[in-house]
Amino acid sequence: MLAAQAQVLPIAPEDTIVPDKVRAAIDVLINGEHFRHTGDPKLPLLWYLRDVLRLTGTKIAGELASSGADLVLVAGKPVPAAGVTIEQLAGREVLTVEGLAANDGTLHPLQQAFIDEDAIGCGYCTPGWLISGVALLQRKPQPTDDDIDQLPNVCRCGCQTRVRRAIKRAAAGKANVA
Amino acid sequence: MSVVDGPLPYLRLSRRRFLQVLAGGAGVLMVGIGQARADAPPLPPGLLGDNFHALGAYVRIDAEGNVLIGARDPDTGTGVATSLPLIIAEEMDADWNRVSVVPLGLDVSDANGQPRWTYGRQLGGTGTSIPAAWADLRPVGALVRWMLLQAAATRLGVKAERLRCESGTVIAPDGRRVTYGSLAGAASDVALPGQVPPLKSPQQYRLIGRDAGDVDARAMVTGQLRFAIDERPGDFLVAVLAQCPWPDGTLAELDSKEALAVDGVAKVLRITPEPGLPWGSTAIAPAVAVLATSTWSALQGRSKLKLTWHPGPSASEDSGVLEQQASKLLDGQTDPTMRVRNDGDVDAAGKHAARRFDATYFQPWLAHATAEPMNCIVRLDKDQAQLVVPTQAPQQAWSVVRRLTGLAPAQIDIQVPRVGGGYGRRLDHDYVAEAVMLAKAVDKTVCLWWSREQDLAHDYYQPGCVHRLEAIVDRKRDVIAWTQRMASASATARRGVPDARLWASELRATQMPAALVPNYRSDWYALSSAVPRGPMRGAPDVANAFVVESFIDEIAHQLRENPLAFKQRLLGEPRQLPLGDGSTLDIGRLRNVLELVAERIGWKDWLHSVNGLGLACWHLGGAYVAHAVEVAVDGERLVIQRVVCAVDVGRVINRLGLADQVAGATLDAMSNALNLAITFKGGRIQQQTLADYPLASMAQLPNDVEVITVPGDRPPTGASFLAMPSAAPALANAVFRASAVRVRRLPLLAEWERLR
Repeated sequence: MLAAQAQVLPIAPEDTIVPDKVRAAIDVLINGEHFRHTGDPKLPLLWYLRDVLRLTGTKIAGELASSGADLVLVAGKPVPAAGVTIEQLAGREVLTVEGLAANDGTLHPLQQAFIDEDAIGCGYCTPGWLISGVALLQRKPQPTDDDIDQLPNVCRCGCQTRVRRAIKRAAAGKANVA
Repeated sequence: MSVVDGPLPYLRLSRRRFLQVLAGGAGVLMVGIGQARADAPPLPPGLLGDNFHALGAYVRIDAEGNVLIGARDPDTGTGVATSLPLIIAEEMDADWNRVSVVPLGLDVSDANGQPRWTYGRQLGGTGTSIPAAWADLRPVGALVRWMLLQAAATRLGVKAERLRCESGTVIAPDGRRVTYGSLAGAASDVALPGQVPPLKSPQQYRLIGRDAGDVDARAMVTGQLRFAIDERPGDFLVAVLAQCPWPDGTLAELDSKEALAVDGVAKVLRITPEPGLPWGSTAIAPAVAVLATSTWSALQGRSKLKLTWHPGPSASEDSGVLEQQASKLLDGQTDPTMRVRNDGDVDAAGKHAARRFDATYFQPWLAHATAEPMNCIVRLDKDQAQLVVPTQAPQQAWSVVRRLTGLAPAQIDIQVPRVGGGYGRRLDHDYVAEAVMLAKAVDKTVCLWWSREQDLAHDYYQPGCVHRLEAIVDRKRDVIAWTQRMASASATARRGVPDARLWASELRATQMPAALVPNYRSDWYALSSAVPRGPMRGAPDVANAFVVESFIDEIAHQLRENPLAFKQRLLGEPRQLPLGDGSTLDIGRLRNVLELVAERIGWKDWLHSVNGLGLACWHLGGAYVAHAVEVAVDGERLVIQRVVCAVDVGRVINRLGLADQVAGATLDAMSNALNLAITFKGGRIQQQTLADYPLASMAQLPNDVEVITVPGDRPPTGASFLAMPSAAPALANAVFRASAVRVRRLPLLAEWERLR
């Protein structure tokens, strides 16, 4: 069968299909899982998360200036996902809002505190607040009001006073651990 | 129990459609307003896989006792996804912990080619959801409860009247308990009542008036909640736009060769607004769309487009020039475009003048800057359109789809997930028109989205305005005459509103101090502008409350009178004050919220306090609101030390949700007033990013908003923007006390820095 086909469709050497050169894979660690990206190394993390991995908790927040809704933690620091490319992330650890809870579903104390304080408006900017809030608590487990004032996020629904309470609640260890 | 008499009047939505028990699976009770029947063919799967809404269902109880309640109105951050189901859950005595909520989306059927809306009105962010739900959703819950009681009566051999319900359980006098889950199947066979089942009396409420957190909170904090912009239904193309900076411009040149060469780019298409249509119903500006298999390909393709635009007539628009025109109109003797109200005789009142006051206030143009930028998903097939739309008004979105596709009413399916902010922007559907136009040109699902920057540059802005105020005070220091003259480009122009009504989006004939001052006149002067304008959260009360409540404070200070006492004197004794349009102002309720915030902030120290204290109050749609603000000047900086807000909305549905709305609206109003202005030159919006349109930072805003909700038993009003109008004037009045700077031009911070 195979021999017969070869006779019918002779393939001249110059017609040999040469696959695209395989790009070196970039290893990225997202929410504790390794991913190997072989596409465009300049792909912004935002689109890798949203389009490729379908992790959509990281929101579209501005191409030129971020509202904070696209914040992720890169090596523990909050960074707008639209402003960092996959190649810049090689070997570094990324944490998104989807990675804040434990694998068994136990929420991060700040996530629980957001629920307890109902620190939510429309909900679109919520993941970004959580990321910068978690980074603050990691850096400073007992943040002052001045520390909280430095959060870069904005919210038109006006959830800021409740976010402040939630951060303080989490810092005080008072979140209702589920 | 309150009993409404009559043969199911509440269940009757139109002549032929009733609340009904639907065909669910075995052991399931489903109550809704549907056309689905046991012998109906199975529903095709929806774009997002869920077709619960297409059953027209409000409530579904399964054998395990899980309760699914549909929320008919879009939740743009207003909390209706929680409060509307809460109203149903209360009447059916559901266990709130077992309730899940699904957004119902739009449901429409075909009535001889005309749409018949299954759920009646479906609208979010206009302050009408709660009043409407109070009227027609309570019976839904009452019907469910009644049916469960009948089933329990049979099961337990006890008359239904002797049973009571509590948190998902029916309890017999002897203590036997049956869960709703175990009754669901039997209840679905119970014949519908001939009378309206009785509604609960308020003393029996276990959920209404208490605190319920957002039903989607867990999904939100874990990043699992999907907004429309997050959805990618199979076989899609992502569409991004290059938009003409001028809404009335035209495409001059386009070379798409390089864009099409980008890996993944499928098509480059032109979008042209349909001529002659009202603002908000077709594309906002000409655009070139790049459609690709991924967002990154689409964006790269867009960056390779070579295109230029011809400016349109709007290229002469300049916000500074427009303001000068407004000032000139108010300086001159021209007759107003509309005399909105004219009580008594303000000119004759001059004879009794002891003092005269006047002031001119300026307010800038504003953008909506919703968190979730405009976006829309459309799949068009020969006989069906399926959409996912972040909209406040799905029925208006539907009419745009209908116009562009010609499909029959029921062939258009619109799902509305949680929406990332509305503020009036999503009452318009330009982005829906764009997505449908694109979907007509390709055979795939189109996922169109705008960037945050495009969203800022292409909005239906709130128009800026100039107000001139004059007041006359007699020897007894009573305000005997009040004149307000306002100039603006109407937010309802080019929207099919008759010329004689264009003023109504700019000021109210009934706004304070109308009917409180014997000689009162308000005039509106029309400006014309080609810059798109539209509805905005809290308009026109926000702009007018700022000037009115600031000016009252100015007069009080000029008269060396305590602003609270002056305001109390202006309002007078508690009474029902007819406003002249059939509505009444309850002075007692208004004074109550004002006095509550004054008490809480420690107003008795207003004169001697180191910090500045400011007050303001307002009434809006039968609800009452007041703010008290304490401001400190810390070197070069204004610090908002304390904010107290009291609201009286009648019956409180969700106390926590209401407090959230009140605090949120307070902060939004302060953010607008402190920082924000849209300006344009050469017809181009000058603010490109949120760095140029800086929503208030955490540091600028108060650390807390103390909310006082006045309990009440009147039918509830909406509250999503109730707390906006009085927030900024209370702030400006406090700033005056703190720094002796009277801010008559917004944004406040820039003006304060200029004047101090």
